Amino acid sequence: MRIGQIIGSVVCSNKADALYGVPLLLLQPLDEAYQETGIPLVACDTVQAGTGDMVLYEGGREAALALENWFNPSDATIVGIIDKAEGL
Amino acid sequence: MILARVLGPVVSTVKIRSLEGHKLLLVRPVRPDGSFTAKPVVAVDTVQAGKGDTVLVLDEGGSAGIILGLTGQPVRTVITGIVDSIENKENDNDKRG
Repeated sequence: MRIGQIIGSVVCSNKADALYGVPLLLLQPLDEAYQETGIPLVACDTVQAGTGDMVLYEGGREAALALENWFNPSDATIVGIIDKAEGL
Repeated sequence: MILARVLGPVVSTVKIRSLEGHKLLLVRPVRPDGSFTAKPVVAVDTVQAGKGDTVLVLDEGGSAGIILGLTGQPVRTVITGIVDSIENKENDNDKRG
């Protein structure tokens, strides 16, 4: 799992079937100093994260397994909202 | 598995079911000599590691599922051991053989 921050949301009315009903959020990956690193991703949400929340997100095959319907094209899924972390 | 250092705990009360009951630690990959090599990741702790420990971290879903007894769950990064010492032949001066 990696750490990121929610900076917005993305609305797609036309998308893969498996993504219907799945909120898409704009996620900025963070580095060890909790600063922006890399480009923002679009991640599927499973924990009702809001803009500004620091979150845990999973990549790879596990991102798809985090959703109800396992056969989905997600490669980044938010799996937790961070309350506290070292240096945060 | 990779070598990493534990930076500290991560508290997350709102999270997916398969992470509930697991301790989460912020770890950062290190080289054998202890220098950091990559960005931190958050791992599920199974060996009661603490801040400052050098640990073994597994970053692959299949094996993580086996260790945690959760098959098909979105958990991939698991701490599987606490390292006591590392013997690195590469930078030993007395190269034998």
